[in-house]
Amino acid sequence: MSKPTLCACHECDLLQNLPLPPSGGAAKCRRCGAVLYRHKRNSLDRTLAFSLAGLILFIVANTFPFLAFKMQGQVTETLLITGVRDLYLQGMWGLAALVLFTTILVPAIQLALLLYILIPLKLRRVPWQLPKVFRLLRELTPWGMLEVFMLGILVSIVKLAGMATIVPGLALWSFAVLIFVLAGAFASLDPHLVWERVRYRA
Amino acid sequence: MNPTPLAAAQHSLTSCHVCELLVKVSATQHNVHLHCPRCGAVLHLRKPNSIARTWALVIAAFIFYIPANVLPVMTVTSLGKTQADTILSGVIYLLVHGMWPLALLIFFASVVVPMLKLVILAYLLISVQRRSPWRPYDRTRLYRITEAVGRWSMVDIYVVTILVALVHLGNLATIRAELGAVFFGAVVVITILAANIFDPRLIWDHRESSHE
Repeated sequence: MSKPTLCACHECDLLQNLPLPPSGGAAKCRRCGAVLYRHKRNSLDRTLAFSLAGLILFIVANTFPFLAFKMQGQVTETLLITGVRDLYLQGMWGLAALVLFTTILVPAIQLALLLYILIPLKLRRVPWQLPKVFRLLRELTPWGMLEVFMLGILVSIVKLAGMATIVPGLALWSFAVLIFVLAGAFASLDPHLVWERVRYRA
Repeated sequence: MNPTPLAAAQHSLTSCHVCELLVKVSATQHNVHLHCPRCGAVLHLRKPNSIARTWALVIAAFIFYIPANVLPVMTVTSLGKTQADTILSGVIYLLVHGMWPLALLIFFASVVVPMLKLVILAYLLISVQRRSPWRPYDRTRLYRITEAVGRWSMVDIYVVTILVALVHLGNLATIRAELGAVFFGAVVVITILAANIFDPRLIWDHRESSHE
């Protein structure tokens, strides 16, 4: 990316030269202002570090107690998956699938794909089926809703505060940190660096 | 500044919507499925049938929006009494108990955002169909906003999920998810799909054809 390359804006289709922004800077479309390219520092290393941290947090968030509910001597302990299981048991399998997909499956797949792509690239190899895998990773982005789930937890805690005591578990804290770590992974990932490694015939 | 801004489509060029590689599309190939040489995604000058497909989803979401707000999203059974909660009654509950910031948040995320998103998408579709030249920059920004805020509507679905998981104490208190939540989830999913299928480049197309 030393000389300016021609590119078309993905939002307004304006044909323009893509300038190389300074490290940490961004190039925007001249006409509609959409971000065309962000130049990121140590992109691959940072993203790999975030992904490994994310994997650990994801495992903790799914295995340790998530929330406990204490009311008149009775205690209900839940895991992250409990809500999905109970929705399914109540016959709401569509809702159960939606929640399972957006809060557990999407982050799991995203982390797995990030590691699948980044570890070989770090070792100067190109992973098998890189274009397909990277495309899937991008298509999943709008469906990961961990931060929305976190807001849902806060609302639930406030709603139940009057009638019972809610005890947050280790998994809840891991889940909260996982949101930031995943956001960090995607913020530090420079897609152009990945696409540059794909060999193709024009 | 270039005095006559040009769309890539006018040069038979298109940028791959996945990896952003600029690819030459010859006129004879317009109706053939062409794949990006680098990432393998199907290439289009514009997303195919974007307007018709987005309309279909917007109308479906408008229809589902009604049962989503009228039907209860959950029922609370406590000591033999059963109480059904809709999205709005949940907001009112919070308001009555003095938690108005939270009530405002839920009202905004669950009632205002889905409706606003549908109205904006419908407006963008109409403006594109009428070849409106009016403020394309602002219309593109409207599109970006609908794309970004739609996900927050899921918060009510998650609240129901968490309450269902936490509150099952037999006769003392039990919470069940109800049909309204299914419709509500459908509205959120359909509007996210609609925003993905709409092609914002259509907003700018009329401008260029008027230069010719």
